[in-house]
Order: sequence, then C-alpha cells, then structure tokens
Amino acid sequence: MGDSGYVLEMNHISKSFPGVQALDDVGLRIKPGTVHALMGENGAGKSTLMKCLFGIYIPDSGEILLDGKPVKFTSARQALDAGISMIHQELLPVPFRPVMENLWLGRLPTRRLGPFSFVDSKRMLEDSKALFSSLGMDIDPKVWVRNLSVSKVQSLEIAKAVSHKARVIIMDEPTSSLTENEVEQLFGIIRDLRDKGVAIIYISHKMEEILEISDEVSIMRDGRSVGTYQATELTVNTIISKMVGRDLTHRFPPRSNKPGDVVLRVRDLSSAESKSFRNVSFELHRGEILGIGGLVGAKRTELVESIFGLRPLESGKIELKGESVLIASPRSAIARGMALLTEERRATGIVPMLSVLDNTILANLHRYVGKAGFLNEKKAGTDVDKSIEQLRVKTPSPRTRIKDLSGGNQQKVLFARWLLTEPSILILDEPTRGIDVGAKYEIYTIIADLAARGKSILMISSEMPELLGMSDRIMVMCEGRLTGILDGKTADQETIMRLATQFM
Amino acid sequence: MSLVKNPEEIQARNLARQKAIKDFSLKYAIYLVFVALIIAITIKSPAFMSLQNLRNILSMSATRIIIAMGVGGILITGGTDLSAGRQVGLAAVVSASLLQFMEYPRRMYPGMPDLPLWLPILIAIIACAILGLANGVIIAYLKVPPFIATLGMMVATYGINSIYFDRPPYGAQPIGGLRKDLTTLGSGYVGFDGTYSIPYIVIIALVIAAFIWLLHNKTRFGKNIYAIGGNPEAAKVSGVPVNKNLLAVYTIAGALYGLAGTLEAARTGGATNNYGNGYELDAIAACVVGGVSTSGGIGTVPGMIVGVLIFSIISYGLTFINMNPYWQQIIKGAIIIAAVALDIRKYLAKR
Repeated sequence: MGDSGYVLEMNHISKSFPGVQALDDVGLRIKPGTVHALMGENGAGKSTLMKCLFGIYIPDSGEILLDGKPVKFTSARQALDAGISMIHQELLPVPFRPVMENLWLGRLPTRRLGPFSFVDSKRMLEDSKALFSSLGMDIDPKVWVRNLSVSKVQSLEIAKAVSHKARVIIMDEPTSSLTENEVEQLFGIIRDLRDKGVAIIYISHKMEEILEISDEVSIMRDGRSVGTYQATELTVNTIISKMVGRDLTHRFPPRSNKPGDVVLRVRDLSSAESKSFRNVSFELHRGEILGIGGLVGAKRTELVESIFGLRPLESGKIELKGESVLIASPRSAIARGMALLTEERRATGIVPMLSVLDNTILANLHRYVGKAGFLNEKKAGTDVDKSIEQLRVKTPSPRTRIKDLSGGNQQKVLFARWLLTEPSILILDEPTRGIDVGAKYEIYTIIADLAARGKSILMISSEMPELLGMSDRIMVMCEGRLTGILDGKTADQETIMRLATQFM
Repeated sequence: MSLVKNPEEIQARNLARQKAIKDFSLKYAIYLVFVALIIAITIKSPAFMSLQNLRNILSMSATRIIIAMGVGGILITGGTDLSAGRQVGLAAVVSASLLQFMEYPRRMYPGMPDLPLWLPILIAIIACAILGLANGVIIAYLKVPPFIATLGMMVATYGINSIYFDRPPYGAQPIGGLRKDLTTLGSGYVGFDGTYSIPYIVIIALVIAAFIWLLHNKTRFGKNIYAIGGNPEAAKVSGVPVNKNLLAVYTIAGALYGLAGTLEAARTGGATNNYGNGYELDAIAACVVGGVSTSGGIGTVPGMIVGVLIFSIISYGLTFINMNPYWQQIIKGAIIIAAVALDIRKYLAKR
C-alpha cells in the first residue's frame, strides 16, 4: 500500500465521447477494507468511470494510482491481473457453455502433456465446487448457464469476481435480480471480503441497500464528483438531493384518482406452464392503481403476460367490464383496450435504431394508413408531437433515434406508444427499472395522471417504496400464488415482505 | 407393496415416457434424419448397402470434412467465411502447378526440377493461411463484419488465383500431368484390395477432425472460441484475448483450406481456377445441418462430420437411385431448412 492510505486513487479523470463530456475531472479514493458506494443518476458517469478503471475505456486525462503507483490499463486482462475485478451491470454469461467454463473463462486451468497444453477439466470442476461451497452458493458447475435462473447467474458473476482474489472488487448493480435472501447472502460475502482487507466499490440505485452495506459514499452528478461522505451521516433524502442537485421533498406525486366500478375481473386463473401461477383471482377498478408486489420468481410477469394473451392459460376466467372474454393473443388484448409495458425495455420495448416517431406509432400504424396504403406522416407527426409535449419527452427531435435518449425518456416514449392505442387498462411491468431518481418522479406523475383520467393501472414493482407510494391497493404474490391484497394507505413494508415470503 | 398400479401413476409414467422420447428425438434430430435417409435409399435400392459405396461416400466427403472443420470453427466464433471455396481453388492450382511431372509438355514451370512432395503442399497451405490471417486481421482489427470481409476476400482470391493460373508460357488452361506421388495421395488406400480398404484422404480427414476436436474441446483456445461466439462481451471482460483468438481461428481455417485444395487436386488429377467454387456454401450448409449455430457459440466436430456425410449421402445416394439432379437440389434445400428448424428447438426459449 502507498503512503496515502488508499488502495486505489483515481484523480482528475476526464473522458469524452463524440458530443458528450462523460467524465469531467472526477476523483475517487478508496480505502482498503471498506465498502465504498458510488451513487448517481443514470448518465452521471458511474459506469463510465468504472470502465476507465477496468481498462475497457481509456481516459483522456487523469491518473489512476493502485497502491500509490500509477497504472494504465488498456484491457480487462491487465486490470484483472493487477487485482481489480468487476461484476458488470449487464450480466455477461456465455449461455450454451457449462457454469465452470464461464467461471474460469480467460484463465482456464491447464495441464501440460508433452508439448501440448490441455484444459484441466477435473481441476476446474473441483475448484468450482470448492468456490461455490465456500460462498454458500448452490450451483451445479456442469450445467449450461442458459439453464440457470437469473439470480443464479448473478450469483455466478459474484463468485467469479471473488475468485479473482482481487484487492478491489467493483460491483455494478449486483443485486438487480437477487431475491431478498440472496441479497443478505451477498452482504455476508461482502462483509467477509471487507474484513479480509478487500475494497468493494458498490454501485446501486437502491438507497436502503447502500445505507445498510457501505462505509463511505461518493456521489456523482452529470459527470462530476459531488463529494465523498461517511455513510452514517447520510439519509435517503440527503443522498437524493445530492444526486439530483436540488431538494426532492416528495418522492411521489399527489394523486387525485378515484377508483370506480370493476373493469377487469380475474377468477381462478392458472397458467398452462409448469411451475407458474395457480388460482389467482383479483379485481381491477376504473381509475385505480393496483400494485403487484413479490420477489423475483413470484410469477408476476407471467401472470400479466398471460392476461395479455402472451402466454397460455390452463383454466380460469377473465371478465372485462362484466363480459367474459377469451384473450388468445396480444392483438386481441390490444383490441379490447389493454396495453402492456414490458419489464425488459431494451429487449422487448424499444426498437433502438428507429426514431422516436417510428417507435411511438409502432403499435398504431393502422391508424395512419391513408387511402392508397401509404402512411399519413403528417397526421402521425402531429400526434407524436402532441405526445412528446404531453409526456415531456426530452428529445432533440421526433426524428432522433430512440437509442440516443436516456432510459427515462425511452420509457416515456413507450408510454406514448401505448397511450395512442387509447387503452382503458395499462399493465406496467417494473415501469421505473433502471430509470434515474429525477425521471422516476416524472413517470410517477404520468401514471398518477392516467389514473386520474380514469385509466386502470396494473403495476408490477419490486421496489417497496414505489409500491407503497403509488398503489391504491397492493396484491402480493409468492411462488405463483396470491398471498394477499392490501390497502395502499395502511399497508407497510413488513406485511408485504411477510406475504411475499409466505411459502418460502 | 401392491402390484396393481393406480391409473394416475400409469398415466404419469406414460407422460414421462412421451417426454423422454420427445427430448431424445429433439436432441438427436440430425442423426435421426441421417438414418431415415439411408433407410429410404436402401429400400429403394438395396444394393446401396455395400462397402464399395461407403468407401466412395467417405472419399467424396474427405476434403469436405477438412473444409467444414475450418468453416465450423469460424461459425462457432459467430463469424462466417465466404472465401473458403476460392481459397481451396487457389491451393489446388498452386500445388498442382508445382507438382506436374517432368515430361508433361505443358508444364507451367518447364525447367523446374522436381520438388519434394511436401514442399508444394506446404506452400499451398501457407498461402491460404496468409489469406486466412488477412481475413482475421480485417475482422478483428478493422472490425469489418465477417460476411463482408470474407465476401471481399472471396472475390479477391479468385482474382489472385486467376492471374496465377493465366501465367505464361501456356496461359489459362487446366493444369494436368500431376505427379504420381500426388495422385496417389488422392486416390491411394491402405488395405489389400479396392473394397476392403481405407483411402488415404479419409485417414487424413479423420486425423484432422481428431486434431480439431482436441483443439475445440480440450484447449483454452477451443473454450475461448465458444465463449467469443456465445457472448463476445463476456469473453472480452473475462480477459480472453479475443482478437488473437480470432486471428488464430481464421488462420487455422485457411491452412485447412490449403490442405483440402491440394487434396482436391490430388483426388481429381488436375486443377483449374474454378476449383472450389461454391464449396464455402456447401461447408456452411453441412455445418448448420450438423447443429452449428450461425449466430455463434454452438457446434461440435462430430456434428459437422455428420452434416458433411448427410450431404454426401444425398448426392451419392440419390444419384445412385437415379434421381433427377434438379430434384436432388430441392431435397438438399429442404434438408438444410428442416434440419435447422428441428435443431433450433433445443435452444429456443421455453414458453
């Protein structure tokens, strides 16, 4: 270690991409044996900074000191060799290969046989088993990664980072797909590592998590450092105001919606898929926001996708406005006034290379077909302009490719798309996942507005404050079963948690 | 314990059995197609089941297997190689031109002394390995998509080959008069007579296949190319030397085309600049029929070999039963599509 007492120092780091100053004179100093949280809105530059550290990007200027000695990494390999490992935000498994090959990729153990060097599968298997058992993880090293659940893949990534015996481990949103139990397990691992002198850089949007696990917190905003603080001197509200740069007195907008008659009635709905939801019954009222809570794997997405006609049902009844209906495809769901904003915005929502305009009218093209079969671009343009204004989408022009917008604005475009279909029921699957704190508020405002205008909202959310802050009622699921429906005004975190883990 | 089983138990068992059969047929779809094809041809013409025919089919497949080993490795990385066929042609012309017998009147190099057999073969292999390396550099460092890079290389290689082929003193004409030691390599065999014997080229192909199998399954390089094809980003951040591995995979493929081209010349006793035309598509088709994914990360050496054999059997067997060659084309096309449609079920998301 250098004299400075820091294992890692990043000083005056700047990095620009064409048209964007992603990092502007940023500093970060990490002490060994601490958990150092790095916070900021999406686009604040956290991931860029970490990629500069890990050798994926090369900073334009600034210095990186490891143990007081300057280092310059030009590839991930060099960073790993120097004792820095990283759990990447987007999980990076090689799907059709065994777990153990994923674990040791880039440093597969070999055995020499004369002039040849072969991969030592036996050792690889033993090392994998030993590693998993030391971390209390139950993963079979020989199965294809493709056959693991998302949370197991995330555990695998964590194991991989730990196995590098690194002195600095960067964890970029490591808990995004973990269940509550697994998060606790991860925190156990983190504390262990910390006690052994490893420094952890922990990036997360989950404030409660940050305050629980971290010793120090550095906050970034718009590519600049805001400051470094002791975790004990921070609260959720102070973090948010430092991240956003202004005081956010309310995390949720006031709501004026008044739930009315029953619009959607679901009775004893069971999935035709194995290990999915069974016997779910609930009602959704006009102008109501009905939250759906539960842990990852509670089959909430499967439930709403089945109602929307994306997945097969085995039994049960769906009534729309008192009329029993059969919804066999999303097309028929849309025709009946339903809309679904999917969980995976990038994978199943936006078409990245198309413009904001094209993305907006995608589900409504039939409305713009003119007499000769050509699209009426003028009408489409007017409608899209109106949507952009209404939902306050920040875009240079309707012609901008949607991939160049921030996550929050992409989500608003998806709202615009579905609102053009004039739905009476909007199903939102994790509507604010991966969206900045500031933009979240705007999404909440849109949701509250829609409910006030009489639209019925079914909202899946894994974020407890969001569920409590936005829902009129909250239904909680566990392992494919409905475990309770609570009143939003009186519900509390403990009750929801108890219902969400009832069968575990 | 009672011997009478309740109906639910029987039903559950039947369901389990049905599922097992379905899983089995999915897993081995390609091999089932293969067997069905042989049975169908044999029913039509029982004489098809002979050692002589097997031998002919294997000889016919040998060079194709070697080419498929090269293309297959590239497909596993998520790339493709359209220049394979033209590289085979170049190798055939180069090695043939250097291995004509001394007295042949239209020798390309009239006064040149006889070279040892291995030297021209090595020259052909190195020439193609250099082209392969060029492919690799263009793809790994210039970031040109493999389809485009190798399309360019395909066109250019034909040009290079034609210039060489068209050289004085005799200009563009088929290269004949190949030396006995070369043609023996192409048509000779181990064994005591024509029927109970294994052709040299089949042995060479099997040795190459065994080598590639080892390379793919037992070495770091092999595991790395699967990772590169399966998730390039993951490979990169795990410290896999992605670019170096890409160079290696294209270079190895080039070397294999070089060998295959030489053997094509040896087998047929001559070469022209049009040799190898279209072989890349045959090889890609054989690989995908053998379960290699064109999007990368998936594929096995035995699968590639079976893919090649399926096509050889179709060509040979259907000609054997006197099927109209145009119909053969239609059947080949249908098999490519059907095999992949079946095979891909293994990997589709279970909904």
